Amino acid sequence: MTDMLVDKHQPNRDQAVDREVDPALEKILHVTDAAHPSEGDVAIQNYTINFGPQHPAAHGVLRLVMELDGEIIERIDPHVGLLHRGTEKLIEYKTYAQAIPYFDRLDYCSPACMEHTFVLAIEKLLDLEVPLRAQYLRVFFAELTRISNHMLNLGSHVMDVGAMTPNLWLFEIREDCYGFLERATGARMHHNYFRPGGVHQDVPLKLLTDIADWLDTRLPRLFEDAISLVADNRIFKQRNVDIATVSRDDAIRWGFSGPMIRAAGIPWDLRKSQPYDVYDRMDFDVPVGTRGDCYDRFMVRVEEVRQSARIMRQCLAEMPEGPIASTDRKVVPPKRAEMKRSMEALIHHFKLYTEGYHVPAGEVYVATESPKGEFGVYLVSDGSNKPYRCKIRPTAFSHLQAMDFMSRGHMLADTTAILGAMDIVFGECDR
Amino acid sequence: MRAPAPAYAANLNDATIETARGAIGAGLLDAVEVAGEVQLHVTREALVPALTALRDTPGLEYQQLMEIAGVDYPDRAERFEVVYCLLSLTRNHRLHVHVGATEDTPVPSVTELWPVAGWLEREVYDMFGVLFAGNRDLRRILTDYGFRGHPFRKDFPLSGFVEMRYSEEQKRVVYEPVKLAQDFRTFDFMSPWEGAEYVLPGDEKAKLPEAKGAQTPATATEIQKAGATETPKQAAPASSEPYAKKDATSTAETGAGRAESAGKPAPADPDVVPSKGGGQNQ
Repeated sequence: MTDMLVDKHQPNRDQAVDREVDPALEKILHVTDAAHPSEGDVAIQNYTINFGPQHPAAHGVLRLVMELDGEIIERIDPHVGLLHRGTEKLIEYKTYAQAIPYFDRLDYCSPACMEHTFVLAIEKLLDLEVPLRAQYLRVFFAELTRISNHMLNLGSHVMDVGAMTPNLWLFEIREDCYGFLERATGARMHHNYFRPGGVHQDVPLKLLTDIADWLDTRLPRLFEDAISLVADNRIFKQRNVDIATVSRDDAIRWGFSGPMIRAAGIPWDLRKSQPYDVYDRMDFDVPVGTRGDCYDRFMVRVEEVRQSARIMRQCLAEMPEGPIASTDRKVVPPKRAEMKRSMEALIHHFKLYTEGYHVPAGEVYVATESPKGEFGVYLVSDGSNKPYRCKIRPTAFSHLQAMDFMSRGHMLADTTAILGAMDIVFGECDR
Repeated sequence: MRAPAPAYAANLNDATIETARGAIGAGLLDAVEVAGEVQLHVTREALVPALTALRDTPGLEYQQLMEIAGVDYPDRAERFEVVYCLLSLTRNHRLHVHVGATEDTPVPSVTELWPVAGWLEREVYDMFGVLFAGNRDLRRILTDYGFRGHPFRKDFPLSGFVEMRYSEEQKRVVYEPVKLAQDFRTFDFMSPWEGAEYVLPGDEKAKLPEAKGAQTPATATEIQKAGATETPKQAAPASSEPYAKKDATSTAETGAGRAESAGKPAPADPDVVPSKGGGQNQ
């Protein structure tokens, strides 16, 4: 608890690199006693410690090799890749439909948003139209996923800096989100719900009305309660305000995106500037920070939750009836009931679940606004039924790389706050 | 209605290619638009000046480097392609810059332009073995400490060469050659009738696929172009079941295998609203 009250050391990069020692001080420091040769010898060396790979505040398997001067961080070398599974290579050996579940396992805190990027990339290569209801459903569940992702991040961030209660309350919301997603998709985490051409199946009306009730009652009550505990809390501000400030220029040069670039004061949101699906019909605000510190990053996410709820309400109000997947039978497999009764459907079903569809040759880079930032897929197709190359652009890579310059000159205890405000999940970072 | 992919200022594509030609000059090998995205192919020597020009020239202003992707084409003379995905925040536009490389010909590093390139180049090096001249920290990044080989090359097997486990006898992790309990299976779906190309007069009319997703020699660009000029399609079938039988007297409508006879009304379930696609939930 004491480290919360320590005055915050202001980062000054020029001084942190080499410190001139006052000659007078030098004289006093190196006076040694013949009888006790080590007494008075306070020439302290920098020392190196490992933060992780198993550390509860590392949010997964992150190993930070830290060079410390006392409690001040001199340098950080993040070692990533401990969760590398070769997803991109595996995808090259799978048909397009078989590759979608791999995306759930990238950022396992926001699986639907990962799928979203991939299906949009396939649709761009196929030039495939998507029915309106499917687009609404995808936006709707992407935003529900965003809320669930931010619940985990905001909760663990406040827990990393010492508060316990908000995390427990926010996890209740997250549990609700998982319940809804399970009712829609059949799976709590790994949904495999979005498909090129639409979504896998329609949702019952009762689910939509339940979510509408939840958006109006339970979500605001729990969320605002939990946030009111920390947003103006003195200790929380001491631990976050002016920690790891990032200027606009730095945010651009280091390839920041999502809440990280918005906290630096740049109103850049791909949902707004490069709208996909029905985001161009949605009315929502893009929150930006003013100082670019950890507190701003936290508050940007807090406001994003409210905006996500707003988008979801609009989706519920405007969502039309209609098909939930493209009527293109060469891409979207027939439903099982049809397959049982129509020979043509049976053939299509068999071909699509064995060979899959062929995506015309081309190369696209499609990026969407995942809860953590710009999540992109660089998809190279050679005209066959498997991707030739599927490069995944994780959000965490550029953010974690900036960890070094962001934490220089800060205290060791600030690392958890900086890391918490970055919102990093290693399934996505390491792929 | 077109594919609902992220819509950035695609009308800037032609103007961008023109401006880029002027700004990059002789180093630009090719500038094309593929599937609605601008690709600039540059020589290795011209890479850093080209990216500097793309970043700093007014009218181009690609401030952010979002991604560096490596691709392996073993058939090409320069087997690797390194793709730089750039984003302009002010013009709301994206493009990629492609540069070829081999194992022995290092690509100049762009860490001086964008510090974010450090890890991105490390990843391409780790996965493909492409070297980046000027990157001061070109270590492996994603693979294990002491890993050998470059796993995303097309000639690297999916299973890898070694597997590791914890050895109870030696009380440490040991590496062993991969032993697969079952042979690795991969299926080639190329039909024997689709291998050879017998082009007959009139075949060019059938080049575009019958439906999106059918096998076709046409590229994504050609399909997009054709889709843009195409006359509006006939109205989509009203039912979401494209296979629905039109007449009730069809022999398929025997009712066999149904849970309930059609005459008996289904019990009303307040949770479920009957939708048109009756069988949507399986």
